[in-house]
Amino acid sequence: METNVSTKTKNGLGVASIVIMIWTVIPLLWIIATSLKSTAALGDPSQNTFGNFWPKHITWDNYQLIFSGGASDLFLPALWHSIIVCVVSTVISVILATFCAYAISRLNFPGKKLILTTALAVSFFPTIAMVTPLFNLWRQIGLFDTIPGLIIPYLALTLPLSIWILSAFFQQIPWEMEQAAQVDGATSWQAFVKVVAPLAAPGVFTTAIIAFFTAWNDFVFSSNLTAQSAQTVPAALSFFTGASQFVQPTGAICAAAVVVTIPVVILVLVFQKRIVAGLTSGAVKG
Amino acid sequence: MSSIELKHIVKKYGDGFPAVNDVNLDIKDGEFVILVGPSGCGKSTLLRMIVGLEDITSGELDIDGKRVNDLAPRDRNLAMVFQNYALYPHLTVFENIAFPLRLQKGKHSDAEIDRKVRDASSMLELDEHLERKPGNLSGGQRQRVAMGRAIVREADAFLFDEPLSNLDAKLRGQMRTEIARMQRRLGITTIYVTHDQIEAMTLGDRVCVLKRGVLQQVASPRELYEQPVNLFVAGFIGSPPMNFLPARVDGNALKMPFVDVPLDGALAAKVKGKDVVIVGLRPEHLKDTTVESSPEHSVKFNAVVDQTEWLGNEQYAYIPYEADGAVREQLEELDRDLDGEGLRTQMIVNLDPRSRVLEGDEAQLAFNPAAMHVFDPHTGVNLTRDEAKAEEIAAESEKMRKAALERARKRDSADSEKSA
Repeated sequence: METNVSTKTKNGLGVASIVIMIWTVIPLLWIIATSLKSTAALGDPSQNTFGNFWPKHITWDNYQLIFSGGASDLFLPALWHSIIVCVVSTVISVILATFCAYAISRLNFPGKKLILTTALAVSFFPTIAMVTPLFNLWRQIGLFDTIPGLIIPYLALTLPLSIWILSAFFQQIPWEMEQAAQVDGATSWQAFVKVVAPLAAPGVFTTAIIAFFTAWNDFVFSSNLTAQSAQTVPAALSFFTGASQFVQPTGAICAAAVVVTIPVVILVLVFQKRIVAGLTSGAVKG
Repeated sequence: MSSIELKHIVKKYGDGFPAVNDVNLDIKDGEFVILVGPSGCGKSTLLRMIVGLEDITSGELDIDGKRVNDLAPRDRNLAMVFQNYALYPHLTVFENIAFPLRLQKGKHSDAEIDRKVRDASSMLELDEHLERKPGNLSGGQRQRVAMGRAIVREADAFLFDEPLSNLDAKLRGQMRTEIARMQRRLGITTIYVTHDQIEAMTLGDRVCVLKRGVLQQVASPRELYEQPVNLFVAGFIGSPPMNFLPARVDGNALKMPFVDVPLDGALAAKVKGKDVVIVGLRPEHLKDTTVESSPEHSVKFNAVVDQTEWLGNEQYAYIPYEADGAVREQLEELDRDLDGEGLRTQMIVNLDPRSRVLEGDEAQLAFNPAAMHVFDPHTGVNLTRDEAKAEEIAAESEKMRKAALERARKRDSADSEKSA
């Protein structure tokens, strides 16, 4: 693509993006650095370089603590719960949102506007306001501290956004494509599976990732609607305790934070190409 | 291979406006039929009703004598080429062409699909592009892929929805002849929608002219040109368009802006009882008497040329005139129907390129009154249409169509014998 950005603007943008990158990377580096410090080094600048930043002697004690040490009882089940809850709620959310968005973008039915505005209104709702009523309801009907008890509120969080993103994607796909498939002998379902769905793939991946992160990073629901048997990592981190009440479990928390950040980073790196839209270019004259 | 019959086809949208109104059309097996008209005349809607992408409000659509009104597009066995091609961007050219075959599960083996796709691609000269994605192809190549997807199916009929409108002028000419050749070779019934009258005239065995959802005339290109049924068809077919001049019937003469034409027996009877008529005169029927010999029985007159355009093989001269108040409204409405801009009324003359008439000069022009079409100003009906002659032309073009199909078949069988 040809752009008329002058060299001066380019340099300016470059400097600005470097500043922003440093700004966002430093906290992450700090967490990694802290997770590699021994308990003694935490508050002692003499054992660290760059002020109190990087430890002179790297130790893996904190990782050992969360995977096989005292904190593993808390961390490992939580990690497992996180994975199950997030994968299941992502899959359900994407499937439901795909069908819903397809119907919204292709069909004319009464109540279409209502669905879209309701979806938008729901996503404006502060999540903390839902927690107390849900807590009471979940306890009454036995969903408290269960995995479905977390998946359901996550669906409520992710579905509206997924529907909006996906219906925008479906609307971009020329309708002729589907009509061509139908004339070529496809049923509506075949046209959807063979033509529309592959073209909407970037949108599906985008929504899947957003849905996954929403659930993965959630703290409010997990800390209030679970006790042990469904607690996810963000909530579990807040229950970490040190060796005694005078020792802060900072290192262990940081180690756990690093561990749960890794899947996020991997997901983004793997799918970033998929997220880039523009797969439809060349379908029609353009 | 099949015939398509449209009986009283009507399409009404939600607001009750008939986009297509009472269309009757009988398309014979192997015929190339064009639907043509200005934008918004319902030609694409009609095509989409035939293929099944639009519901038919009322009327009956038969393919090979079988009512198909309620069949889904996939059950009608028609192939369609869309205006924007509608190729599948995630599939290679090969898979795009193979798509309809793969949908007929179990009907074709992989080897068979491969053979059929390669046959189509060699016919369309797409062999070296089979593994590419549509996004990397040029407009003409995409167009050919869309055609390949249509021919590979061995459908009952081809439907084209303005397939060439996205190509540049040169490519359009090439693809036009390519489509004509392919249709003759395959001998398959074809319906082709266009707004371009050159495509309509060159491709069609028969051309259907539509105006606001109503079929005006269905005839061979020659009949449309020589014997139009009304003002609209006469104005739509022909480039540059036919000149429409207001004429006052005055005793034994037709008084036109530049000249009085004597009324002879037959014409006099036709315009009897009318004060005003509209005279249609094609630009090429006007001659510059200084360089060309004037036609027999011609009427001569002089007029001041306002503007000339020299194109090498021909030359156009523009001669403005004041339209008579009585027919001005009719002419303005016609102009609107033909997507015109309502500019000044002017007469266009197709001069001989040798003519040295310059802007501002007085040209000496002549025309044969027998070449005139005379239209009723209120109904727009062509009063000078010769039914006997029209039938003659229709019979002749039908004979030519059959001969062309026969020739194509012979050549095809000769080819296959040679290759066998």
